[in-house]
Amino acid sequence: MIAPRRALGQLGLAGVGTLLALAFLAPYLVMLLTAAKPEAELRVSPPRLTPLDWQWSNLLAVLLDGDFQTWLRVSLIVAIASMALVVVAAVPAAYYTARHRFRGRTAFLFLVLVTQMFSPTSLVVGLHREFFELDLINTYTALILTNAAFNLAFAIWILRAFFASIPREIEEAAAVDGCGRVRVLCRIVLPLSLPGLVTAAIFAFIAAWNEYIVALTLMTDPDKKPLTVGVTSYVTAYVQHWNSLFAASIIAIVPVVVLFALIERYLVGGLTAGSVK
Amino acid sequence: MVYPAARLVQASLSQYSVTGLYQGWVGPRNYARLLQQEALATVVMNTVVWVAVIVAVTLLISLALAQLLDKRFPGRRLVRWALIVPWAASLIMTSKLFVWIYDYYFGILNPLLQSLGVLAHPVDWLGDDSTVMGAMIAVGVFVSLPFTSYVLLAGLQTIPVDVYEAARVDGASAWRTYRSVTLPLLRPALLVAAVLNIIYVFNSFPIVWTLNDRNPGFGHDTMITYMYKIAFKSSLRDVGLAAALGVVNVALILVAVVVYLRTVRWQEPEA
Repeated sequence: MIAPRRALGQLGLAGVGTLLALAFLAPYLVMLLTAAKPEAELRVSPPRLTPLDWQWSNLLAVLLDGDFQTWLRVSLIVAIASMALVVVAAVPAAYYTARHRFRGRTAFLFLVLVTQMFSPTSLVVGLHREFFELDLINTYTALILTNAAFNLAFAIWILRAFFASIPREIEEAAAVDGCGRVRVLCRIVLPLSLPGLVTAAIFAFIAAWNEYIVALTLMTDPDKKPLTVGVTSYVTAYVQHWNSLFAASIIAIVPVVVLFALIERYLVGGLTAGSVK
Repeated sequence: MVYPAARLVQASLSQYSVTGLYQGWVGPRNYARLLQQEALATVVMNTVVWVAVIVAVTLLISLALAQLLDKRFPGRRLVRWALIVPWAASLIMTSKLFVWIYDYYFGILNPLLQSLGVLAHPVDWLGDDSTVMGAMIAVGVFVSLPFTSYVLLAGLQTIPVDVYEAARVDGASAWRTYRSVTLPLLRPALLVAAVLNIIYVFNSFPIVWTLNDRNPGFGHDTMITYMYKIAFKSSLRDVGLAAALGVVNVALILVAVVVYLRTVRWQEPEA
């Protein structure tokens, strides 16, 4: 009797799981289906879920749209530059705090933790003043610096954990063999903590890619808007191209979901800063 | 990070013209003016409801979700991937999506609920004062669930199998085991999830900004969107006043951070 009951339980769980997966995906399914509707079908009453005339060319049309290409370019520049900056700054900081005890180390790690809890949202008025006075409104520099600063904490935390887990003996052995500090870091430590490095980099990229409020505030020039801000201009009080908005959103969302799935395992540990194992 | 915070405090003590030019030091006057703003009481109440309801509902649903994801069943990977989507997707795009779904004339929600027999007449979800907050909170819960479930799942996986075996040997029922074994052992993860969510939800901007876009005034704003409107959008365009509210917001988050660090008993990690 036990075996069939277990099989039934498994089936039940799989059923509930499927329903749940559907519940989470349903809104994005509406997004996908609306993205495939022709303009005229957006305003039919009562509304239909699926398009009558499937117009997948909407996706291509958005990709060929000059405005979209500009936003995409801005998003890529900002996200890749912030990612690079985060990695370059986080590796030495994380390595040093993982290997050395120094005065102010606790204070430093504490400060890092606190920055992680602040989003730029609460500081946006101050940020705007800062960049206004530095005359950096509408510059990539402002957006890249802000994104990098606010995502540094996660990178330092996750890399520190990886570095600390590498036995000192390996590094000592390499030093005996005549490796300098930098060579030890590049040849031994970094390859061994590759998953951490990839996670930190992807996380920084996605955070900058999805950032909205700082970009909305600092980038008012139409040629300098990233995707998050730019796509909203497909639907305003005057024009309502919901199909274009959602086609653009699909293009923006799919890659980051794939990237996110890759680092899923390490995320919770990094975001809760070691308080949940 | 420290610099914009300092600029924020300085701005809160200064006066600016509508075009953002510095007009001098005014001391604490912006704070006094903040207290006189008519909308302030409504906005604070909205913020309390917004944070409290989202965090409470999210935690309750996430407890069940984490419990499910902790079990092995065919297709579990699929559920985990589905859960990632609202987390990874840009919040502003998700918010726009819900504006469309909620739409009175062309949104899919009204006909769906009518065909299920839940609603007799279509509802203007985002235009009606009585439904807009609930509609926004539902989206808030939707996007908060993935992170919370993952934190609780991580907590569940730290509970050793033998305590469950011991409970079974003692003849405890499933519900009793959950209440007396699982929940107490899950406490640290629950606290972490609760405090981090309070901070995230308080700071949340795109949902209220987008879904409440059509409604004039500050009737459904939280302290974050209210601050933003004062600084950049409303007729006020008052950087000093917004900065004063910003300082209050930052102070509230700091309190939450301190509570967080005390609950997880933060210590210097071992090197």
